[in-house]
Amino acid sequence: MSTVAPARRARRRQLDSSVIVGIALVAVIVVGAILVSTVGRNFFSPGNIRDILTGMSVLGFVAIGQTLVVLCASLDLSVPYVISLASLIGADLMAGNPANIPFAVLVVLVVAGAIGLANGLIVTKLKVNGFIATLGTGLIIKGYLDTNYKGTSGEVPYEFQLIGATGIGPVPVSTIIMLAVALLAAFFLARTRTGHHMFAVGGSDQVSRLSGLRTARPVIIAHVLCSISAALAGLLLASRLGVGSPTVGTQGGYDLLSIAAVVLGGTLLMGGRGSIWGTIGGVAIFAVMDSVMSVMQVNPFLKDVVRGVVIVAAVAIYTSRTVERRRPRFGPGGSVSEAGSKPIGDLAATKEGAVR
Amino acid sequence: MTTVSQAPPTTGDRLAAFARNLISPRGAVFLLLVVLLIAITVYNPSFAEPSQFIRFVQRVAPIAIVAIGQYFVIVGGEFDLSMGSLVTAQVVIAGNLIGQDDAKSIPVLLLMLVFGAFIGLINGLIVTFLKVPSFIVTLGMMLALLGGVLYWTGGAATGNPADSFREIGRGGIRDLPIIEILPWSVVVLVVVLVLAIWFSRRPFGRMIVAVGDNATTAAYGGARIWWVKSSAFIISSLSATVAGVLLVGYAGVHPSVGRGYEFIAITAVVLGGVVLGGGRGWVVAAAAGAFALEALFTLLNFAGVPSTYRDAVQGAIIILAVAYAATTFRARRKGHALEAPATHASPDAPPTSPEASQTSPEANQTSPAPRAKEPDATASARPAPIPSTQRADNETKGGL
Amino acid sequence: MRRRFTVASAMVGALALMTLAGCTTDPNVGAPTDEAAPSEEAVEWFDQELFDKQDAERDVIPAGPEGQPWLQHINAEMVDTSEFTSPGAKKACFANASISNPWRQTGWITMNEQLKVLQESGAISEMETRDAQDSDDTQIADIDYFINEGNCDVFLISPNSTAAMTPAVERACDTGKPVVVFDRGVQTDCPVTFIHPIGGFAWGIDTAEFLIDELEEGDKVVALRILAGVDVLEQRWAGAEKLFDEAGIEAVDYFTGADPAEIKKIISDELAKGDVDGIWMDAGDGAVAAIEAFEDAGADYPVMTGEDEMSFLRKWKETGLTGLAPVYSNFQWRTPLIAAQKIFAGEEVPKEWVLPQSPITAEEVDEYLALNENMPDGHYAKFGGEDLPGYPQVWEDRIIP
Repeated sequence: MSTVAPARRARRRQLDSSVIVGIALVAVIVVGAILVSTVGRNFFSPGNIRDILTGMSVLGFVAIGQTLVVLCASLDLSVPYVISLASLIGADLMAGNPANIPFAVLVVLVVAGAIGLANGLIVTKLKVNGFIATLGTGLIIKGYLDTNYKGTSGEVPYEFQLIGATGIGPVPVSTIIMLAVALLAAFFLARTRTGHHMFAVGGSDQVSRLSGLRTARPVIIAHVLCSISAALAGLLLASRLGVGSPTVGTQGGYDLLSIAAVVLGGTLLMGGRGSIWGTIGGVAIFAVMDSVMSVMQVNPFLKDVVRGVVIVAAVAIYTSRTVERRRPRFGPGGSVSEAGSKPIGDLAATKEGAVR
Repeated sequence: MTTVSQAPPTTGDRLAAFARNLISPRGAVFLLLVVLLIAITVYNPSFAEPSQFIRFVQRVAPIAIVAIGQYFVIVGGEFDLSMGSLVTAQVVIAGNLIGQDDAKSIPVLLLMLVFGAFIGLINGLIVTFLKVPSFIVTLGMMLALLGGVLYWTGGAATGNPADSFREIGRGGIRDLPIIEILPWSVVVLVVVLVLAIWFSRRPFGRMIVAVGDNATTAAYGGARIWWVKSSAFIISSLSATVAGVLLVGYAGVHPSVGRGYEFIAITAVVLGGVVLGGGRGWVVAAAAGAFALEALFTLLNFAGVPSTYRDAVQGAIIILAVAYAATTFRARRKGHALEAPATHASPDAPPTSPEASQTSPEANQTSPAPRAKEPDATASARPAPIPSTQRADNETKGGL
Repeated sequence: MRRRFTVASAMVGALALMTLAGCTTDPNVGAPTDEAAPSEEAVEWFDQELFDKQDAERDVIPAGPEGQPWLQHINAEMVDTSEFTSPGAKKACFANASISNPWRQTGWITMNEQLKVLQESGAISEMETRDAQDSDDTQIADIDYFINEGNCDVFLISPNSTAAMTPAVERACDTGKPVVVFDRGVQTDCPVTFIHPIGGFAWGIDTAEFLIDELEEGDKVVALRILAGVDVLEQRWAGAEKLFDEAGIEAVDYFTGADPAEIKKIISDELAKGDVDGIWMDAGDGAVAAIEAFEDAGADYPVMTGEDEMSFLRKWKETGLTGLAPVYSNFQWRTPLIAAQKIFAGEEVPKEWVLPQSPITAEEVDEYLALNENMPDGHYAKFGGEDLPGYPQVWEDRIIP
């Protein structure tokens, strides 16, 4: 994004962050295109591009929200169940009638927002680690789903199905919406005070508090937005399936995959640094990889092996770069007063991160 | 474990301390466990019969062992998500390699242990040297292991291994008075637990806690971070292997054996009051967490709660249990304003500090290099662990 | 936050409104409440009409060549396929739901051997497969990919779930090329043929009648079910449960995820509560763990229905318990490719191709054990591939393509 980057170093780092993910993506695309051509297919054909972009949209929505939560040094493992719940509430409320669409979408977003609020409050007020808090709320939603829904339910009107089924050229409408949401999220992080606070709180909760931030607020908001973006993913899935499904969220393994995509995109799992566009790059890498393996007709079991290896290898490349990159911040030999300089460094990172 | 008092306490003091311990986060899990066990007995009195109860312990054994392994990783500040897949992998290896040939039992068992240790070492090395978050490393390992095993076996494992091998998980010493049978799994669990307690009291065991609490200080104290963390991963992988051996006996060979064990183990450990992010916890409480979790499932079953509600109840209970622990800790920690409750894995320190990232692999900076295995040297060069464990203790005692 | 929230929702809303413009469906649904209560039909799987139909089909002697059950059909209404007649080798595109359980893996191996036969005879040139790994969304994308890029001559689809796959299957039909659906169905009759064994209710009737015959009124049956929400599985239980109710058999059901450790726990707990006289399963994997739970508890073997999976058949034989192995005909995996061949040859095929489905009884178990002697435990006795080229090596080694 073209935003104010006062310090030259900040600009260079900013370049680094997106460039690494970008280079990785380009590398994956090049390798993928070569592999695809060996089986006599064209990687850049409209159908294939459409396949890849479609694969990106659902995970993209989830990963955007997950990025915000991870930036705040939390996690959200409840997303698969929020997705399923959203698809069911959406499809049930629409009940095949296009007039119900706005209302259904609104209710879904409100319910998701409430779940996110609960997550955020449990994390910040009850001081439950995000991992456990969202694992717990996820299980609670799962219990609700299993009890109240047996199999698919509801009916999505044709008009709403079009979101999932149509495209402008090879670009599906759903991908366009996803990218628009990504743009909003990036804007939110770069330009709003709450966005900046997310970086600060994620970088160091203590320092943020001592600097006078209300540290709970950004975390709660991140959780709310994460659940809402998971709900958008759920609505998109409902639109593609034509019905709501209690298992559609877990089928995709969106909890762990979205976290993997976020980290692959260069966001630190311990929070405080990262970017939405990196995440989108991470999601794209997954989508390209999956698409190539499908075209190659790779054994489904081997697909998982490849996914696992690529996730680790890609993050390893990224983290090894990150360590080098960070050195100059402390100046030569600055580490003696490490305890003192670390929070300052983090705050600095916070600002630079926020510019992104 | 570290309940060391300054003055010789009177019986009353001890009782009071015991009561305080019970409502402390660390003791809460035991209280929860007792309440659950009593509740189960109310619904089903025969549960309290020793022969029934020992069966319950047998059933919990694999989960408790996995939780004990996960404890060392979590207390060291990391996650191990690959445990479930490793259990499955070991179960399938046992099924496919041993077959009905008794003579292969021992060699394959050794192979499984080596394989387990190898997986742990890989996890540890990638985490420490490539600086990849353990969440991601073990997530990748989880996918790769399960996919690899399924690919190897064509999805369906071949048959159950020889009965002699399955005896470990299924059989026991029979014809005993009172309990009728002492399952081998219970024996294995006790051995593992004793080993774990012994190990966590050893300097090296404390080193893991120290590294989890603050890797930088521990590194300055002479800890070889890479080896300490890798050891934690090796321990957890070995425990998954042992659990796999028990499960192949208890349940037989199926690719879904072990599914979800990583989350069950983490939940159990957290129920045991162990803080995610490292540096604080007690291995016995982690094992008790596994018992409490399984007792909860059993209770829900005996109470006739529809199976679909069980997940919801489980979710609510783990949130409440952890919230209880976290808020009481917080209440006790007023005055330690700068000590944030560690909320996430692997403190930023080693990667952020260039010095630390240099020292940890090379470990030559403090020139006489107190190696981890030298108890005396490390004891003095290890400022972090003692205060941190002590501190937790003091709070436990003085808080309420 | 509020800004993003409103913008995002407004965007979705606006898009919805955009597509909505021009639509004239009258709004006849009242204001829905916040927590949408699922409709009754969604929860209730029992369907009297289908139950009766499948009940009747169990007794029909199937039409078609003797000894080749994968070519037989029950009460078929034949459809003309002359519009698709075309010479030469054709390319088949197969959108598979997954190969994540032993039943599907066995079928997948069989299907690939059948493919080799048809490739040699020049009917099929190649089969391109995309595996959705149990995900509805992925399978929809797979089907769309085939439509756009596959150069397919025929679509073979094994849907991951019924309702969700319907729009995508309709899109495949819209290409004008033949579509063959098998195993789980879809809610449209646009495919040329829908291949499936008799179905879940027949399974439920076979198993429940067996248990009711062998047990007394008031006896207890524990039902072990894999997972909720899959129609072919739900119908098995819906059928059996109804008959148990009518016969006064006490039945409790559990979801096990096919995890033998879970199964063993459930049975142990049930045995701790009281006697268990019968075990009913909606799929055979894990049956051994259930039997072992009785052994470990020192209880008498129950009357039991499992499946034609080898592990159950072997344990059944070994223990000598009173059992029945219901069958969800695995040989159906051969039929879709054969159907494609018939369609291009202009031969009539059944609109709904109901394959025979008969359980393995105590008298037949020895025969099936002998036939499949060296097969792995995850193999299914009625896989129907004995005349295919790779037999028996490919199934014994379980070579998954």
